[in-house]
Amino acid sequence: MAGPLRYWRTLKRFWGSALASQMEYQINLLIEVLAMVGNLGGSLLLLWLIYGRGQSLGGWSLEAALVVLGIYTLLDGVSSTLLRPNLGAIVTHVQQGTLDFVLLKPIDSQFWLSSRTISPWGLPEIATGLVLAIGAALHAGARPGVATILGGALMLASSVVILYSLWFVLATTSIWFVKTWNVTEVLRAALSAGRYPISAFPAGLRTLFTVVLPVAFLTTVPAEAILGRSSGSWLLLSLAVATGSLLFSCWFWRLALRDYTSASS
Amino acid sequence: MRATPGGAGPKRFPGPASLRRGSRGQLLDNLGHRLRHGGRVARALLSSQYALMLEYRAETALWALSGILPFIMLGIWDQLAVAPAASGAGGPDAAGIGLDRVQLSRYFLCAFVARQFSVAWVVYAFEEDALQGRLSPYLLQPLQPLWRYVAAHLAEQLTRLPFVVIIAAVFFLLQPQAFWIPTPARFLAGVLAIWLAFTINFLLQSCIAILCFWSERASALERLLFIPYLFLSGLVAPLEVFPPAWRAAAHWTPFPLMVAFPAQLLAGGPVAISASFTAMAGWIALLLPITVLLWRAGVRRYSAMGA
Repeated sequence: MAGPLRYWRTLKRFWGSALASQMEYQINLLIEVLAMVGNLGGSLLLLWLIYGRGQSLGGWSLEAALVVLGIYTLLDGVSSTLLRPNLGAIVTHVQQGTLDFVLLKPIDSQFWLSSRTISPWGLPEIATGLVLAIGAALHAGARPGVATILGGALMLASSVVILYSLWFVLATTSIWFVKTWNVTEVLRAALSAGRYPISAFPAGLRTLFTVVLPVAFLTTVPAEAILGRSSGSWLLLSLAVATGSLLFSCWFWRLALRDYTSASS
Repeated sequence: MRATPGGAGPKRFPGPASLRRGSRGQLLDNLGHRLRHGGRVARALLSSQYALMLEYRAETALWALSGILPFIMLGIWDQLAVAPAASGAGGPDAAGIGLDRVQLSRYFLCAFVARQFSVAWVVYAFEEDALQGRLSPYLLQPLQPLWRYVAAHLAEQLTRLPFVVIIAAVFFLLQPQAFWIPTPARFLAGVLAIWLAFTINFLLQSCIAILCFWSERASALERLLFIPYLFLSGLVAPLEVFPPAWRAAAHWTPFPLMVAFPAQLLAGGPVAISASFTAMAGWIALLLPITVLLWRAGVRRYSAMGA
């Protein structure tokens, strides 16, 4: 069983070298932290605006809505740490023909493309999101039992997997349509709905954000789990969606590679 | 290297000295010649940029689609507007947020449209051109390079138009009760306001883009500038729902003029027309000289990439 170990060692090399080169750009830390503070501050003001009038987002208390916002912040941090630096580079590989070199390497190409680099400047955002989510959940009266912690962690993991799969599938389409590289911008715009609990939307959008684009599984379902009020069926459904979308992304990548003819051919 | 600044300069630009020497007739002649020349350049630039942009229609469609944030926010505010009053809080807008739902739909649709046609991306284009060395030949041409980006933006707005119409049509299919046709006066004022908003946005971004001459991370600054824009421009919430003090503070920035004002004009909402247009003119009068001065300072400092 040298397989998983080899991938683990490769990952350590990848991230070690990426960190070493990123340390050259420490001003990015300041920019990322400022952007996070600004975004979080704006979202908090908006929540305060709504709850200050005695209204609520889909029946969620302010503390519960803050859990959702915390998870959104965490996912945003994951995006800027891992997803954007790696998956954003796929189209460049396709455009410049360097994808050929990746495919020739004796390692799974999806693994290489998804984990080649890491940008540490999103880590403060991950930490802030986690602290916000947990702190708000404790305020909302969640009791940290083993089941809650386990369920919350599991739901967070599956929401990260879903987000990754969505992003990777969209990035994969650049193999066919190089010009639509900015399709992930549409995804990002649509995912900003995840700042709010899903029940804050009208019925039509709620269905859209659960069935078509699984925004609900990204933030609302994990928030319910952390608050200790989610049902077993939602947990199972979320796990199924995560597994399904991950498998789909692998299959889709193979499918795309079958049509890949390298640059300028 | 046709247009070395030293050699071709005096011949190409008659300059103030020749203007002073010429009689009145010559001066008018000169002006007419310049206008004609400018018209030819503008036409050539716009048509070539439009042809270029047509190549990137799929990309433009996706950019148009990535501006859906106002529709998401409409979902939130619409639900709040129908929500019953909180435990008898009373007050003038106990029924919700004090805006009726139809008006809310129109506002967010117009906010979407205003954003679509006032969006500027000059900082990204300029940064790429500067980093890849394309800027150097542009600087040698007898045309201020920023005009090239203006033409690119205008051409892109034209390619964007059909997609925006489609999105608006789908919106009305889903929300037929929100359908309306703005009065001609409001429509013209709205179009003018959107263009002025674009001008402000473009000048603001150009100032940041010019900082590329000093720093390679100018686009990060643009990312930071986008945050107050997002929350104060009226994209995520109509300014009417802000507490009065916040609204007053927001109006000290150019951001509400860039989305909320044109949107309310088109949607037929309550709006201070002359005051807002005056404010827009003021911002342009402030930003234009800053852009020109920054540009001059930047070009003097420019030594091409890698030098």
